[in-house]
Amino acid sequence: MSKKTKTPEQQQYEKLEQKHELKRPVLKNCIRAFWVGGLICVVGQAITYFYIYFFNFTEQTAGNPTVATMIFISMLLTGFGVYDRLGQFGGAGSAVPVTGFGNAVISAAIEHRTEGFVLGVGGNMFKLAGSVILFGVFSAFVVALIKTLLIIWGVI
Amino acid sequence: MLKGKQSWVFQNRPVIAAAGVSGGPFEANGNLSEDFDVLHDDLWMGEDSYEKAHRILLEEAGQTALNKANVQKEDVQFYIAGDLINQITPSSLSARTIQIPYFGVFGACSTSMEGLALASFIVNYRGADHVLTGASSHNAAVEKQFRYPTEYGGQKPPTAQWTVTGAGAALVSANAAGSNLPVTTSATIGKVIDMGLTDPFNMGGAMAPAAADTITAHFKDMQLDPSHYDLIVTGDLGRIGQETAYELLKNNGLNIDREKFKDCGLMIYKDDQPVQSGGSGAGCSAAVLYGHLLNQMKQGTYRRILVVATGALLSPLTFQQSESIPCIAHAVSIEMT
Repeated sequence: MSKKTKTPEQQQYEKLEQKHELKRPVLKNCIRAFWVGGLICVVGQAITYFYIYFFNFTEQTAGNPTVATMIFISMLLTGFGVYDRLGQFGGAGSAVPVTGFGNAVISAAIEHRTEGFVLGVGGNMFKLAGSVILFGVFSAFVVALIKTLLIIWGVI
Repeated sequence: MLKGKQSWVFQNRPVIAAAGVSGGPFEANGNLSEDFDVLHDDLWMGEDSYEKAHRILLEEAGQTALNKANVQKEDVQFYIAGDLINQITPSSLSARTIQIPYFGVFGACSTSMEGLALASFIVNYRGADHVLTGASSHNAAVEKQFRYPTEYGGQKPPTAQWTVTGAGAALVSANAAGSNLPVTTSATIGKVIDMGLTDPFNMGGAMAPAAADTITAHFKDMQLDPSHYDLIVTGDLGRIGQETAYELLKNNGLNIDREKFKDCGLMIYKDDQPVQSGGSGAGCSAAVLYGHLLNQMKQGTYRRILVVATGALLSPLTFQQSESIPCIAHAVSIEMT
């Protein structure tokens, strides 16, 4: 039954139920997401500086090892059962950074380990992150296409 | 005997001869840990998958019930069980272990009372001397199927509920004269109610109308007043569902004492446990009824209770195909003789 075909009885109930429904604390969630997300980015920034000062990386090339390190940390936190608690507290703050993407892949891999490596881990690892990869690549393609056309036409 | 439109009266008063309850680590830290017969400190329970651990829970609960009643499994005619996992495999595999002729039933979280109603009906009409019935759920196995991986860091809204890791089983037996045990006296079978809610993180809100419908039908069929019961307890409506159901019942003209209207999902955990709106799952009502509530009845706290287990009959597939959530509730009345 789609939303359009709700009977009057259903609409009436929805109103009654709404009264009792606990609302998401949006403001509190936003503030928490801001701090948690910000804190993860501060850690990432510190790791970037670490690679620039102690190894032969520049500001342009330090991105890759930084992301790898962050995902490695995210893997440990997921495996030790910390990241899901961080997620409940921080919401989007811990989901949006690359650590959240790592968590989505790693948690699915852990979850389906009991079904074996090929059908379990291999088949389910990207069940959450797969659509992020697909639509991420696709939107990058569309943006690149637009940019190329604009350059050819001499607009930019 | 059929009474009214959808209720059975068990005039031979089948007894709940014994019950067994098992639970996981989160329940061991909960409010009712003393009422569990078996508690595990690890979600794996010594098995190599959560689904196998799920089966162990039910097997332990069933075996405990048989041990307490001092009945051999060979003397039990039928076994009625169900759970939330695809094709109810934990229940069916437990039936493989216990080797009692088996009915697999599915009513989502209402399975516990569906099983108890059917078991009582069979025993009442001498279809069996002993029927074992149970329901179970395992947090990690159920979340894996219905939601996200356990370790996934998604934020649950305050309307979400926590799936209970637990099982409850009861041995329903023909009434022997002079026994001082709880008996089942009537049951009301609910119809599927769909009020068009679609949020799988708000099961209580979706299930409340089903609970209200079955409770209203029960009092109408039985021609009783709510004051007949010392306690009317719903299965796993949680905070939101319970408030909503109470208001619906009031609108239906049933004045229930608010103190006498409780919810298993709100009883099983402590307030400081992070379960959002309360516990849920097929094991929730089974563990609370067959453990805590029966103990309370034997101690004399309650004489007559009505247990209304509610179930949301959705699957991840129906949700993704934008179906709304169909819900059901079954009620069984239990009395001390």
